[in-house]
Amino acid sequence: MSMTTSEITGKSMLQVLRGHGGVVALVAILLFNMAFTPNFFQLQTLFVNISQVATIAIVAMGMTLVIATGGIDLSVGAIMALAGALAPLIFLSEFGTAYPVLGVALAIALPLLVALACGLFNGIMVAKLNVQPIIATLILFISGRGVAQVLTNGNLQTFSNPQFSYLGTGKILGLPFQGWLAVAIAVVLYLVISRTTFGRYVLAIGGNERAARLSGGPVARVKIGVYMICGALAGLAGLIVVAINSASDAARNGSLMELDAIAAAVVGGALLQGGRAPIFGAILGAVIIQLVKYTLLANGVEDEVALIAKAGIILVAVYVQQARKE
Amino acid sequence: MTVLLEMNAIQKAFNGVPALAGASVEIERGEVHALIGQNGAGKSTMIKVLTGVYRRDDGQISFNGQDSVLTNPREAQAAGIATIYQELTLVPLRSVTENVMMGYEPKRFGAFIDWSAAHARTREILTRFGIDIDVKMPLGTYSTAIQQLVAIARAVSLDAKLVIMDEPTSSLDTSEVKTLFGVVRSLRDAGVSVLYVSHFLDELFEICDRVTTMRDGKTVGCVKLAETTKLDLIAGMLGRASSDIAAAGMTEFGGGAAKKGEILLEAKDVATGPRLSKFDMSLHRGEIVGLGGLLGAGRTEAARALFGVDALRSGSITLKGAAAPSQPADAISAGLGYLTEDRKAEGIIPDMSVRENLTLALLPRMTKGGQIDRAREREIVQHYIDALDIKTADMEQPIRELSGGNQQKVLLARWLAIEPDILILDEPTRGVDIGAKREIQLIIRDYVDRGYSVVLISSEFEELVEGADRIVVLNEGRCVTELTNPGITEHKLVQALAHTNEAIV
Repeated sequence: MSMTTSEITGKSMLQVLRGHGGVVALVAILLFNMAFTPNFFQLQTLFVNISQVATIAIVAMGMTLVIATGGIDLSVGAIMALAGALAPLIFLSEFGTAYPVLGVALAIALPLLVALACGLFNGIMVAKLNVQPIIATLILFISGRGVAQVLTNGNLQTFSNPQFSYLGTGKILGLPFQGWLAVAIAVVLYLVISRTTFGRYVLAIGGNERAARLSGGPVARVKIGVYMICGALAGLAGLIVVAINSASDAARNGSLMELDAIAAAVVGGALLQGGRAPIFGAILGAVIIQLVKYTLLANGVEDEVALIAKAGIILVAVYVQQARKE
Repeated sequence: MTVLLEMNAIQKAFNGVPALAGASVEIERGEVHALIGQNGAGKSTMIKVLTGVYRRDDGQISFNGQDSVLTNPREAQAAGIATIYQELTLVPLRSVTENVMMGYEPKRFGAFIDWSAAHARTREILTRFGIDIDVKMPLGTYSTAIQQLVAIARAVSLDAKLVIMDEPTSSLDTSEVKTLFGVVRSLRDAGVSVLYVSHFLDELFEICDRVTTMRDGKTVGCVKLAETTKLDLIAGMLGRASSDIAAAGMTEFGGGAAKKGEILLEAKDVATGPRLSKFDMSLHRGEIVGLGGLLGAGRTEAARALFGVDALRSGSITLKGAAAPSQPADAISAGLGYLTEDRKAEGIIPDMSVRENLTLALLPRMTKGGQIDRAREREIVQHYIDALDIKTADMEQPIRELSGGNQQKVLLARWLAIEPDILILDEPTRGVDIGAKREIQLIIRDYVDRGYSVVLISSEFEELVEGADRIVVLNEGRCVTELTNPGITEHKLVQALAHTNEAIV
């Protein structure tokens, strides 16, 4: 009996490790940095990382919801570019300069509405026209950034607008505003997933769509809903990036963000076939990806090599998931 | 006869919970050996230990005169053990030939598949089984029954010494079962042994030589079928005296007792497609109406039409005097419930808990402003776990970890919880053990006694004949006749089917 007990303990230790692979990875990265990266434990480092990780985390949370229904959204990077291009156009316009407060408010609200509409488009393609998510979102992936560049004539728009820039440079209790925003969004989404009918249906659809439909689940509405949330969050991230830089570059804003977001969601424990929505996992995944990027950069490794490292992380995350399933 | 397989005192535990506790089975060469037991008795675990899917904790296995140390299914296949699982493991989009030959394709120059040889060999194998189909067509274009026979053909073509069949007839109709039995007999004549797992006891008497009964992970007996009775087998599985069961009747149903109320549901000349072309029925309050017919007769299609899953091409359905709903969500709010036939594909959400699965249809009614009333949810779930005696560690256990019978009870509870006026049950007791089956039948009868109505689809004539107040008989998508209890016998039902379908007599 005593032997079986120790066996069980040994097994569950392994399971705990597997269940928290993300945490283990995070600790490993931190330890590595403590040993090798100069000036790692400084407030400045923390600020830089929080302000950069927030955008990945915000997009990754939306992506996690979409993935939880068994879908995927490739258009998030393009939506970021679109929302980011619109904002300066609005507050730099004649109207925006005449009524600065209203201008900034509109420069936040209108791009978010456009992002929401992009999500609606994706959702309708997927849920009503039954287009495969990867194809449906490819449409805006291609055209969204194009529209953004047409709107700005392909130019870099620089500006100086402290009110708008608060989104990306503001601080609350000494920590970056967007970090708090990401945490607030996470708490809200966590409650949505665990406490509401909408959240339950998201997981049910990802777990077994036919069963969810036959049990009366509003499958189309819920799917459209997740794509809209994902679109809106991508739009918000696009605004934050523009606010950080005090400049909007439609060609680069959100570029390759879809891959970062998917990677963060998967590292955080989302299953690509759907049925799971680890919201805080997405944040953890985003933090890991950001830290790996930072670590490599800080140690003089080139960007291209960093991409390969990112691929390695995804590989390990998927492997751990597969092992856990058995 | 010599012994082909001997499994002795097998032990296997999962996370400290024993699934097998000293189970044994012995199969002779050229014998068709039945393995029976309730769900959770350990039949599947036993098979998986044999085929190397699980590693045994203790005990001996000797196969073909050697100690067996199989560690994966591939080795089992190489050793001559072929398994046909309940869930088909084929590729529906590829051709029949590719499915039969997969991994063993005849090659030309050692690299290119010799397609003409492959097609010819496949055709030859299938002809031996009495199946005459175009082997170049994708497998998925054929019925589940044909697909199953193809799976068996594939297994047998790999020179198996032992073929394991897990519920092989659960999706076959009468004539296909006959074909299958022909195959089993020819295997036996060729000296191949068959381990036959089935819930249909009548079949065993027809096809098997000996039967091993399991209960709670142990072997409780092994007898020749010629020397036992159905009642004794049931008693062995349940661990009860056979005289108790005889007194109680074989099923827990008693049809024909219903007091009819007003008409709730009426279908007239309903057609939804080629598989349902003319369906008529009426349903009164407090009544069980059975849908009888063979596989492919249109019973499930009729249920889907009533529940608003499939759109009507012609005809009409009236529900409580109003037009019928056109999608499941509306059907549910109009007072319908539909327990689907395919538990895995259309019923359970495997990774969700018992609690979440049970309340899925009830969600809209447990919500305040979009937020789930979690206290009430737990209360309702606990009520049904107790009332239906669902065996689960707790309500947070993922449903996939439950046995088939308990999964079915959770799904039944999903629908009972919304208290539909009309509950459509498609094969509610398929693939569940005898104990759970009796309980489910009691639950259904009790529900009707409380003034609700049930549409019952069952391939088990016994269940239909004893349970239904009336039986609407379908054949090839059309209603052919209606029988009324009391007075329906299995013989009459078979006659009604035979009347328009000479093939099955």
